[in-house]
Amino acid sequence: MLEFFASNYALNLLILICIYVILSVSLNLIIGYSGMLNLGHAAFFGIGAYASALLALAGYPYWICFIAAVFFAGLGGAMIAYPSLKLRGDYLAIATLGFGEIARAVMKNWVSLTRGPLGLPGIPKISFFGLTLTTKFQFFIFALIIAILVVLFVSKIVKSPFGRVLRAIREDEIAAQAIGKNIKKYKVIVVITGAACAGIAGSLFAHHITFIDPTTFTLMETILIVCMVVLGGVASIRGSVIGATILVLLPEPLRFLGLPTSMAAALRVMIYAALLILLMIYKPNGIFGEWRFRHAKSKEAL
Amino acid sequence: MLKVKKLYKHFGGVKAVDGCSFEVEKGAIVALIGPNGAGKTTVFNLITGFIEPDKGKVLLYNKDITGMAPYRISKEGVSRTFQIIRLFPKMTVLENMMLSMQNVYENFWLSMLPLKQKKLHEAKMVNDALELLKFVDLEGKKNALAGNLSYGQQKLLEMAKALASEPELLLLDEPASGVNPTMLKKITNLLKELKKKGKTILFVEHNMDFVMKIADKVVVMDGGEEIAEGPPKKIQKNKRVLDAYLGKVIKIKRRKKK
Repeated sequence: MLEFFASNYALNLLILICIYVILSVSLNLIIGYSGMLNLGHAAFFGIGAYASALLALAGYPYWICFIAAVFFAGLGGAMIAYPSLKLRGDYLAIATLGFGEIARAVMKNWVSLTRGPLGLPGIPKISFFGLTLTTKFQFFIFALIIAILVVLFVSKIVKSPFGRVLRAIREDEIAAQAIGKNIKKYKVIVVITGAACAGIAGSLFAHHITFIDPTTFTLMETILIVCMVVLGGVASIRGSVIGATILVLLPEPLRFLGLPTSMAAALRVMIYAALLILLMIYKPNGIFGEWRFRHAKSKEAL
Repeated sequence: MLKVKKLYKHFGGVKAVDGCSFEVEKGAIVALIGPNGAGKTTVFNLITGFIEPDKGKVLLYNKDITGMAPYRISKEGVSRTFQIIRLFPKMTVLENMMLSMQNVYENFWLSMLPLKQKKLHEAKMVNDALELLKFVDLEGKKNALAGNLSYGQQKLLEMAKALASEPELLLLDEPASGVNPTMLKKITNLLKELKKKGKTILFVEHNMDFVMKIADKVVVMDGGEEIAEGPPKKIQKNKRVLDAYLGKVIKIKRRKKK
């Protein structure tokens, strides 16, 4: 058993779980706690990955790559947040979807910088302060620490007075304005924060896989992260953690069926779709979605 | 204290507000009445910044607040309720109250830091919120979700919420509509008590008994402009007001029999 967890296969999965936990928790901050349907999350993920990879390939130390990933993904967040502030619901979803496509198109077509569809191979291992993460296990520990920090950071946001205002804005924007909340400011901050966290995940991803190309950061990737959020429960941090874990592990048994890769990939998407449909029918709140409401003693008022 | 000067707001061909002016004196309870579609709620929205006027000015203590963002007008000390109740239904009564209060720790960075003052401030807010809830008889419901309260209780909560921001001026859009007689009495007493505390209130209402009972001054609107202004007793006898509410008397000449 222990041997299995020490195997590269298991460690790869565990690292991926850490990366997707960061992505789903940060997306939940935007979708679940602030009520903004963001369909461009993979773009922030990609921007972080490219920023980190390009600087690492240029020979910069990892901590600079890391900060750049956070900074540029956050900048991407600001770029979509400012112009789309007045949009809500479906319209915001379309605007962010468009942003995701633009980001992907830039990654693919800015060949002089990103090498376009050829991708960036040979991204170096993470090293900082003279310490190099040579083994998968070391990388896993690093990813785990980062993931835990991000989860703690987002939980702290959500529980703070700032998070209370976010939930108020989600419930009723007009009422929030009437009690003196500058909702634009809150929305911009939350999108930038969520995007910056996705940038962290991008940096980890680039240095973990050591190769990135634009096909990773498509709409499908965003939908996968949205599925994680919805499966775990909108506006539930632990839901997002569980959702990410389940959806990373779910398609793994398919590997052992010996299916041809083209079929396995299609089957994977079908499983996601079926799962989402079943979820919508039987548990529309997700696994932990109703948790908060139950704790609020809703029966007292009846 | 509040001066509305020649406000205009046209929506296409509809002249919602058409040159409306009036004044609210400090410490007074002023009622804004008029038939449906007279532009009362639009005036509220113009004062609180939810709609920008085409022309005209809104002055608060001689400070021009015309066209400011709603959140800034709220910070200037103008608090409002809505005709259709707007609470945060899936948050608790206490949370609803605390959100209305001044809280510097809602700043992103301050709210992330483990400050001692933040906890003290939270505790103080809970205290103040409970006091206000006691004032409107809702302290027993503090942990209930706002959306689960009865209609009348939601109205009271909305009023308490508007008070929680310690406003200079309170705007109430139909505080007495759709509530039962007991609740109406409660709301009447509440407004009287607020007046004793020196609050300034401007409210829109259709219930004339209620208006005549508590208003110091009545402003009557029709067709987007104010047509009369004065103490309730006088307004009741004003001819233009009666015309607006009951329709004009049209003299019909009888044909003389030949």
